[in-house]
Amino acid sequence: MTAPALDREAYRRLIEDDRVHGSLYTDPAVFDDELTRIWYRTWVYVGHESEIPQPGDYVVKSIGPQSIIMSRDRQGAVHLLLNRCSHRGNQICEAARGNTGALRCHYHGWTFGTDGALLGYPFRQGYGPDTPKSALGLGRVPRMGSYQGFVFGSFAHAGPSLLEHLGAAREAIDRLVRLSPLGRVELTAGWLHHEVRANWKMLVENETDGYHPQFVHSSIFEVGESHVAEVYSERSAATARDLGGGHTEHDLRAHFRRMDRPLAWFGTTEDRLPDYCRAMREAYGAEKAREILVEGSPHIMVFPNLFIAEIQIFVIQPLAVDRTVQHVTPLQLAGAPDMNRRLLHQASGSVGPAGFLLADDSEMYERNQRGVVAREPEWLILRRGLNRERVDADGHLAGAATDETTQRGIWRHIRAMLTEEVPA
Amino acid sequence: MTTTAPTISRTEVEEFLYREARLADEGRYDEWEALWTDDALYWVPSGDTVDPHKQISVIYDHRSRIALRVAQLKTGKRHAQDPRSNVAHLLSNIEVLGEDGAGTHTTATFIAIESRSRGLTTWAGRVEHTLVRRDERILMSRKVVRLVNADQPLPTLAFLI
Ligand code: FES
Ligand SMILES: [Fe+2]
Repeated sequence: MTAPALDREAYRRLIEDDRVHGSLYTDPAVFDDELTRIWYRTWVYVGHESEIPQPGDYVVKSIGPQSIIMSRDRQGAVHLLLNRCSHRGNQICEAARGNTGALRCHYHGWTFGTDGALLGYPFRQGYGPDTPKSALGLGRVPRMGSYQGFVFGSFAHAGPSLLEHLGAAREAIDRLVRLSPLGRVELTAGWLHHEVRANWKMLVENETDGYHPQFVHSSIFEVGESHVAEVYSERSAATARDLGGGHTEHDLRAHFRRMDRPLAWFGTTEDRLPDYCRAMREAYGAEKAREILVEGSPHIMVFPNLFIAEIQIFVIQPLAVDRTVQHVTPLQLAGAPDMNRRLLHQASGSVGPAGFLLADDSEMYERNQRGVVAREPEWLILRRGLNRERVDADGHLAGAATDETTQRGIWRHIRAMLTEEVPA
Repeated sequence: MTTTAPTISRTEVEEFLYREARLADEGRYDEWEALWTDDALYWVPSGDTVDPHKQISVIYDHRSRIALRVAQLKTGKRHAQDPRSNVAHLLSNIEVLGEDGAGTHTTATFIAIESRSRGLTTWAGRVEHTLVRRDERILMSRKVVRLVNADQPLPTLAFLI
């Protein structure tokens, strides 16, 4: 039984410009609408090409609750297939990853190529000539697109292209990959899967919430060395920006330009990473390399589920109105082994279920979820920074580092999608 | 080999493991931290961890990071442990696997039941210790916690497992 969908008028009422209704986080009917109008419609990040480097490689990923096989076929092409046998519906892949010549369903033995085509079924005599194999391949995510190795899928058969969807977020992804001397990221350092009892939007909104770090993360700021406290203070030169399309970012570049020290954003210095810095200078020239190493890595939430968090990549997977899994992997840069060791080490401390940072973020998601069931007051207030919001040179709404410009931007897009005012 | 008495007896192993679990359960952070050697490693692999230097772990703490973890807990602002989880560790199937230059190697199975507002969470798996004797005291230089569900989505794990 699915709950009845809410009409468009309801969403216009529940999502105002500067406040949103608590039921949006708790009502199963809203969650169902979000699946059909957002998750099964827009471009959703699925996986990275570096996770399946060889022909025959596959990984099991997701689009919301849907299990998706991302595979590389014999010719090297990438596919997004649904993890469901076309015979009688068995889930096909149990292992999270593998390399195979054929995907086999173990119920009745049907086999499929890593391109999704049906290769064969046992006891062929039971099927007459009116059962064409060509029509019985695995289900496929209708549209697939890739940008800088980041593979996205959309269940909508038509709509904006991936590049149109990414819009201004594209430039941030470019800024990420240029941190590699070879211009490529590799998501090969394994994943942590962190499950929280909270609505997915709480995670999305928190990823570019510059107001919370001083309070949620004060324990680690007190005992560890971190530049993060400074970035999210009233003194910060960083900008919270609504990039449109639900994408939001914290542009930290102004903050780090003011510090004017290569790798300050990573809490280290050039002499600690001599090989990486040399490779960067060789790749980009001394001047450009310095600029890249001063400005650092982007902090951007690509709607609805890819969070590029400077030194790690998060993927948000909604499972139910109050259940979400946050998958996270350390950023790894092609051609930068010494940098990669440090990236891994730092991520191991910060993120995941036991992370110095993320354990407290997730505690807040869950408290937030328990809080919003309250009957009174009904609204969450998103007014912070309205008094000082501006339009920047690129035409994006921008606020101070601690402002709710980002949350308002996320909700503006969610409202447009739930009322179906925008194409996917 | 049968002629060499083990440096650390089975009784001492059991007493150490039970005490370590109790100090963690009771949030006696300083006493728990004092059980570690200076070159210690506290490791909780994830399902993807083959080599902890190549893949991310749930916890991969050398001594200084163990100290940081404890210091964070002691600030009173580690929200994921404020209030502290109520935890009961049960240890069983304790075996002393042998001894080498690194110390005495033990393995055991464990269940840790955690209670907080989220509800009850069952944590279970195998725990491996390397124990050494230093100035009459037994310390741990290595503790590896292999969760049975390391490859599955895990809830927040902010207590000392
Ligand atoms: S359900 Fe897969 S072969 Fe029958
Ligand atoms: Fe946070």
